[in-house]
Amino acid sequence: MTAVLPVQTASQTSYRTCPRTGLQFEARAERLMIVNAFTAVVALLVGGLLAIGVVLTRWPAIHWLPADTFYMVLTAHGIDMLIFWIIFFEIAVLYFASSTLLRCRLAAPNWAWLAFALMLIGAVTNNVAVFQGGSSVMMTSYVPMMASPAFYLGLILFAVGALIACFVFFGTLVVAKREKTYQGSVPLVTFGAVTAAIIAVFTIASGAIILIPTFLMSVGLVKEVDPLVYRTIWWAFGHSSQQINVSAHIALWYAAAAIAFGAKPMSERVSRGAFLLYILFLQLASAHHLLADPGMSTSWKVVNTSYFMYFAVLASMIHGLTIPGAIEVAQRQKGYTRGLFEWLRKAPWGDPTFAGVFIAIIGFGFLGGISGVMMGTEQLNMLIHNTIYVPGHFHATVVVGTTLTFMAITYFLIPALFKREVMFPKLAQLQPYLFGFSMYFFCLVMMGAGTLGVSRRHWDMAFQGHALAYEWPGAAYLMMGLVGVAGVVAIAGGGIYILVTVASLLFGKKLEGGKATAIGTPVPRTAPSVAAQTYGSAGFAAPGTFVLAMVFLVSFVLYYFINWKYLGQLWGLS
Amino acid sequence: MSAIHPPAERLWWKHPLDRVEGTWIVIAFVWCMVMFFMMVYWHVYGKQNLSTETYKTTPDKFTAKAQAVVDKYTVRTETEQKVPVVAPPEGSDVYLVARLWSWWPILELEKGKTYKLHLTALDYNHGFSLQPSNLNIQVVPGYEHVVKVTPNQSGTFSIVCNEYCGINHHTMVGRIYVK
Repeated sequence: MTAVLPVQTASQTSYRTCPRTGLQFEARAERLMIVNAFTAVVALLVGGLLAIGVVLTRWPAIHWLPADTFYMVLTAHGIDMLIFWIIFFEIAVLYFASSTLLRCRLAAPNWAWLAFALMLIGAVTNNVAVFQGGSSVMMTSYVPMMASPAFYLGLILFAVGALIACFVFFGTLVVAKREKTYQGSVPLVTFGAVTAAIIAVFTIASGAIILIPTFLMSVGLVKEVDPLVYRTIWWAFGHSSQQINVSAHIALWYAAAAIAFGAKPMSERVSRGAFLLYILFLQLASAHHLLADPGMSTSWKVVNTSYFMYFAVLASMIHGLTIPGAIEVAQRQKGYTRGLFEWLRKAPWGDPTFAGVFIAIIGFGFLGGISGVMMGTEQLNMLIHNTIYVPGHFHATVVVGTTLTFMAITYFLIPALFKREVMFPKLAQLQPYLFGFSMYFFCLVMMGAGTLGVSRRHWDMAFQGHALAYEWPGAAYLMMGLVGVAGVVAIAGGGIYILVTVASLLFGKKLEGGKATAIGTPVPRTAPSVAAQTYGSAGFAAPGTFVLAMVFLVSFVLYYFINWKYLGQLWGLS
Repeated sequence: MSAIHPPAERLWWKHPLDRVEGTWIVIAFVWCMVMFFMMVYWHVYGKQNLSTETYKTTPDKFTAKAQAVVDKYTVRTETEQKVPVVAPPEGSDVYLVARLWSWWPILELEKGKTYKLHLTALDYNHGFSLQPSNLNIQVVPGYEHVVKVTPNQSGTFSIVCNEYCGINHHTMVGRIYVK
């Protein structure tokens, strides 16, 4: 006689199915997503207010803040925007991509709350240290310039919290597999989130390796951290922290294409292969931040920032084609088949989720991607290193690419996750254009000033009163003035996002959330469909996208060789 | 059915590539290889490649060597601080001290001639930014970086510090004359 034990079901949780989107939210995962996303928006608000100080000080005609305040504000702006806003939001994305898309419960919610608490305590600790005035060391905090111990401790606590959250995400994947809430492979968006989480583990490990000894140095327990070792390991952290963002925002691009159009990846194999190339090669490209440093061998630089980095570049070029391509295929199937671009003209440009994501894709590729490859080329890097071209590049990747994508997806989540109607819908429609296009212009003129040699992180380009002052050409002052104008407009665009988001959460009409039930429903099995091969032309399912890709390539090639020509005119170095 | 659902085809890795994707992958890969070879090509045929010659050093050791060159080759001083202007012979070692918040000494070089420029920071990271040429090199404390430089234009050049180094970072400007 055999006894059959009853299957242990998870206790004390419930599930609701959103009537508008069909997504199933587990109660505890939902709450954690909400608090992480909300905290992210708070960090964005703080970082955005600080951006006002930065922009109005670097604008030569205004030159608002005194030097000590400017460097403090710049340090906090960088950390709040590049670390806290983005990573809190990404933790919410990880929980969404696992618990919600796989329709399962969140693993270890108590650990997830601990992760959130550590991240919040760490963020506040770090910011308090910065605003106390003794830690104006920039986000990069290069030794031997030291910050107060609380600066490093705050970052370490934040990192430990983020690491725990990554393992909750991995644990949730295990739960979904074990409880069979889906069949076959995970969705592509979840696969992209796995990529981001794996890169995050590497990033946080690198951060720990360098920040813990530096923290110990700041309290006097470690005598010295070598400045060159610091830079090498810190950039494994700093560079890779931005590659978490790339993987996460590209996963969301696929999600937005699916949400807005029902778009399927053109080829799962190609898209997943590209994410795999990210895991293997994005981190090695951190070498491109060290190209102007002493002590790095030529072979190390060439291999890491050429051979290896270009596999990551290849992956980005693949995603840059496959996402618009998937949209085009889906649109052509709906009947928008005339000419190369009817599918694009008749896309839902009034939907801020789609508009934001598309503007992010174009800006990330043309502005951020191409400039990143210039910076990652050994010799060309000498034209760019520590100039304001560098922030021009990373504002294109992080602000246009990542932040605009996160903003766009928020407009989808307000009704789906927060169960609120979006307030000020006209403002929400306008916001991706105002923010996106002003940031395009901001990045262009910032990179223009950097091409003329203007320094980054520099309070006074006039070198007021100095006997050996260098006089920048008038064009450089014009560029920096335009950076100021574009920056103010972009901050207004960011402000609209915060207004719409916070107002919707506080005052938006409550929407039906779907009845709570104790048992979740797994992902339904779907039948394969015939691959679409009949709506394109010349054997191409997405000819319009291919044309856009060729425009991108031509721009890339021309700009690349223009930079080499410029380099060839300069002093000989060997 | 879409990127937010599991692939409908269980064996998604066997799905044939769309022609658009396949074509683009080939083009992108070829372009990446062109860029790879361009970096190598410039090492062979180009004139602007950053030296990798680097030594460990200390502030005392480097300062002593810099002072010796200043003592030997100073031709005049400039500014109220009487910064020495050093005109070293072709091919010789030239020392440039980066220290809060100045570059020292001022250099006077000749067009078309090559010098070995020794760079280090005595305190924090600094950035050697030669303007208006816009050549940028990181200057790291504890490391002496030896860069061979060959000016190809006459004129007055400025060295702007472009790595953040504290409250008066914006006053750290030096000069090089090329005659």
